[in-house]
Amino acid sequence: MEVSGVRKYIYSDTELDREEGQIIEDLKANSQPTIPDPDQWLDEKPEQNILLTTVDWFINWGRRSSLWPAICFPACCAFELIAANGPRFDLARFGMEILRASPRQADLMITAGTLTWKMAPNVRRIYNQMAEPKWVIAMGACAISGGIFASASYAVVPGYNHIIPVDVYVPGCPPRPEALIYGIQMLQKKIAQKRNVDIGKLVRR
Amino acid sequence: MTLALSGKEIASQLEEKFPDSIVESSQDYLVVKNDFLLDVAAFLKNTPGLDFNYLNYVTAIDYYDHFEVVYMLSSLEHNHSLVMKTRCYDRENPVLPSVVSLWQGADFQEREIYDLMGIKFEGHPNMKRIFLWEGFPGHPLRKDYM
Repeated sequence: MEVSGVRKYIYSDTELDREEGQIIEDLKANSQPTIPDPDQWLDEKPEQNILLTTVDWFINWGRRSSLWPAICFPACCAFELIAANGPRFDLARFGMEILRASPRQADLMITAGTLTWKMAPNVRRIYNQMAEPKWVIAMGACAISGGIFASASYAVVPGYNHIIPVDVYVPGCPPRPEALIYGIQMLQKKIAQKRNVDIGKLVRR
Repeated sequence: MTLALSGKEIASQLEEKFPDSIVESSQDYLVVKNDFLLDVAAFLKNTPGLDFNYLNYVTAIDYYDHFEVVYMLSSLEHNHSLVMKTRCYDRENPVLPSVVSLWQGADFQEREIYDLMGIKFEGHPNMKRIFLWEGFPGHPLRKDYM
């Protein structure tokens, strides 16, 4: 059967073109003369937009709701952390989905994995590079105490708290993503209780 | 599949070329005296028909009274393999010739053996620890390491 030049495909390409043209023509016919920017809120009274809170609460709210972890995952617990970051457990719900490649942009270190003494100076260096305020979650048995390697190995650091201060310990080998998320919530509660402003000092001045 | 050559056959071939170089041989492996190690290795690599141009791995075993170093050799041309071993009876200062000049792949593995077993490889371009740090006491894969 000979195929004509017009009906090249199973549908008519000219029909398709006409349909597309119709959509554009419809939109053009129904378009409005310049829609104004809704800017009435500029003239609203400012009293309607005021909330009262404490400086401490406000600072802590900002800090605990945007914890950004530094990349420091020396071993297998990292996979549970990756799972926690993925769509199923979705760490982004807690404002901490961005894993920072540079420790200078991070304020949380999740120490997911066994640490050897050979690696220890580098982890210490990452911690030192993080800007204050900073927190550490020890994730898994190895990070807490050296885990199964603690008593037998000559090369493993028996717990991260030998080289850096740890805020929250999440046990497990490895911990489930739920456990890690619970640990993060514990850390958020800890941050919420921090006092940043010394009122006495302000008054004395 | 790779054909594992008989250690016995290769050993008889080697005995002709290097008398008294073979300590022991069997179907699966051959044991070379460590004085002849480099000559034998060069022979195995360069002889047409054998052409062991690829070193799969080097590893070491501690048998309390001696160390045994195992070389797994393959020929990519002929698709056959051979296990060559050598023994080192000195426990205080074990020294073996390095095969880095023949197979570059031995570089890191000989350093690993030095690090964990304490066997020094003479002729190695960079004989120092690889996993553990400088100043670590002892060699932890030895059986008497505590």
